[in-house]
Amino acid sequence: MMNLAFILIAFLLLASAATAMALRNIIHSALLLVVSWFAMALFYLWAGAEFAAFAQVLIYAGAISMVVLFAVLLTQRTLGDFTLAPESRRRALAAVLAGAAVAAAMAYAVLNSPLVVASTPAPTVTVRELGEQLMGPQAAALLVVGAILTVALVGAVVIAAQPKKSDKEHTR
Amino acid sequence: MTWATDSYLEWAPLLLRDWISGFFPSALRGVINDLIGIVSILAVFGLLFAFLTLAERKILGRIQNRPGPNRTGPFGLLQPFADGIKMLTKEDIVPRAADQLLHFLAPVALVAFSLLTFAVIPYGRHLVPVDLDAGVLYFFAASASTELAVFMAGWASHNKYSLLAAMRALAQLISYELPLLLSIVPVVLAAGSLSPSVIVAKQGVWTLGLLPHWYVFTPWGFAGFVIFLISALAESNRSPFDLPEAESELVAGHLTEYSGFKYALFFMAEYFGMCALNGLGVTLFLGGWQAPCAFLEFIPSYVWFGAKLLGLLLGFIWIRATLPRLRMDQLMRFAWKFLVPLSLANLAVAALWQLGTGWSEPLQLVRWAGAIAILAGTFWALGRKLSSGFGPRVYQYAPS
Repeated sequence: MMNLAFILIAFLLLASAATAMALRNIIHSALLLVVSWFAMALFYLWAGAEFAAFAQVLIYAGAISMVVLFAVLLTQRTLGDFTLAPESRRRALAAVLAGAAVAAAMAYAVLNSPLVVASTPAPTVTVRELGEQLMGPQAAALLVVGAILTVALVGAVVIAAQPKKSDKEHTR
Repeated sequence: MTWATDSYLEWAPLLLRDWISGFFPSALRGVINDLIGIVSILAVFGLLFAFLTLAERKILGRIQNRPGPNRTGPFGLLQPFADGIKMLTKEDIVPRAADQLLHFLAPVALVAFSLLTFAVIPYGRHLVPVDLDAGVLYFFAASASTELAVFMAGWASHNKYSLLAAMRALAQLISYELPLLLSIVPVVLAAGSLSPSVIVAKQGVWTLGLLPHWYVFTPWGFAGFVIFLISALAESNRSPFDLPEAESELVAGHLTEYSGFKYALFFMAEYFGMCALNGLGVTLFLGGWQAPCAFLEFIPSYVWFGAKLLGLLLGFIWIRATLPRLRMDQLMRFAWKFLVPLSLANLAVAALWQLGTGWSEPLQLVRWAGAIAILAGTFWALGRKLSSGFGPRVYQYAPS
C-alpha cells in the first residue's frame, strides 16, 4: 500500500516534470512545473513531513509559480502566442551539460550521505523543534539565506526603479 | 470548566453523526464519519453561500436606497435558488481560441482549493474536521493555490481583458499574501502553536468571567486583526480590491469568457474563500468558538462561531457598499509601503509583548502603553510618508 502510493507519487512527479520539458507552450510548461511541485508536497506528506509539505505548497505553488508566470507574461513580446520555436543544437547541448552537472552533484551528495536502513520508528519532528534547530545550530545558514534574499530584493528594486524620462511627465 | 462545556447541545452534531453511521457495518464507520463531515461542510457553506448572495444584494440595495430582490418567494428568499436554476440552464460557451483544457480546469480547481481550506477550521468545541499540527500553514497552502486557478482562467480565455486581469490578479494576490501571513505570525508566536484548535483553546480565558482574552484585545492583536481583514479583502478579490474583476474597466476580467454554471462556480469559490478567510480570522483573533463571557457558555460553541463569522461577513458587505475601487498603483503602494512595514512593526511589538508576560501590575501599564505607542507611531509615520508627494493630482491634457 505504502509502496504503491510512493510509485504513484513518483510517477506523477517525474511525468509532469518530463512533460513540462517536452511541451512547446511555455505556459503549459509552467503549470506542469507547478503540478510537479504539488507532487513533491505529496511526497513529503507520504514521508510524514507535514510541515515541509505545506511549506512546499505555500512557497512553490503559491509564490514561486506566480513569479515564474509573471516572468513569462512580462517577457513575451506578443501577447497570446506562447509557443517556443525548437532550439538550436548548441542550446540543447548546453542544457544537457547543465542537467548532467546538477545530476552528478546530486548523485554525489546522495551516495556520500549515510542512510540508516534500520527499521527504527520514523522520528516525528514538530514545528517547534524545527524552529529551534533553525534558530540554534543552523542560525548561520538562516542568516546567510536572509542576506541573499535581501540582496536579491534590493537588486530588483534598483532595476525596477530606474527613472525614465517619459514617466515623469505622466505621473505628476 | 463548567458543566456547559459537556452539555448535550455541544455533542449534538457528533451524536447525530454517530447515529447515522450506526446504520453501517463497523468497518465502514470511520469512512462514513469522514464523509458525513464533508457533506455537512458542503451543505452548510453551500447554503451560506446561497443566502449570502441574497443578503449582499438586499443590503447593497438598502444602502443604495432601493429594495433589492423581493419578488421570488417571501422577501425574495427563493432568489438564490432561482439564480441557481437560471445558471444551470444557461448555455456554456467556450471561445474557439480558448485553451479548452485549462478553460475547463480553472473553475474546478478554484472551487476545489477553496473547499480544501474549510478542513482545518475548528467550528466548535468538538467540531474540528481535521486537527492538524500545522493547520494554519495548511490553510494558507490551500488558499495560495487558488491564485493559480485565477491565472489559468484569465490566460486560457485567450482574451486581452482576461489576460490583463490575470496579471493584475497575480500582482495583487502575491502582494497581499505578505501582510496576510505577517499579520498572523504574532498569533502563532503568542499561542506557540500552528494548530488552530490550540490557538482557540489559548484564548478561552476570562478576566473576572467577563473580559475574554481574545487576541484582538491586545495592541498587536488589534493591529494584526485590522491588517488581516484588509489583506483578506484583497485576497478574496472583494471591493475595494476587486481590480482583477473590475466590471467597469476590464469587463469582469477573468470572468469575461465564462458563462453558465462555470461563471457560478467562480462566484461560489469567491464566497467560499471569503467565508474561509473570515473563519480563520475568527479562529485566530476573535477567540474562535469561545463565548465572549464565561456565563454565556451555555450557548453551544458552534453558535458563537457562526455568529462571529456572520458578523465579519456582513462587515465585508458593508465595506463593499461603502468604498470605491482603488487604482492599481494605489493598491501596490498600500500593500508594500504601508501594510508590510506596519505588520513587521506589529511583529516586533508582539515579540516585546511576549517578553513582558511575567511583569508586575504597574509594569503592565508600561507594557500596554509602550506597545500602543510603537504601533500608533509607526502608523502615523507610515501614513504621513505614504501621503506625501501624492497631493492633489494635476491632470495634463494634450494641447488643443
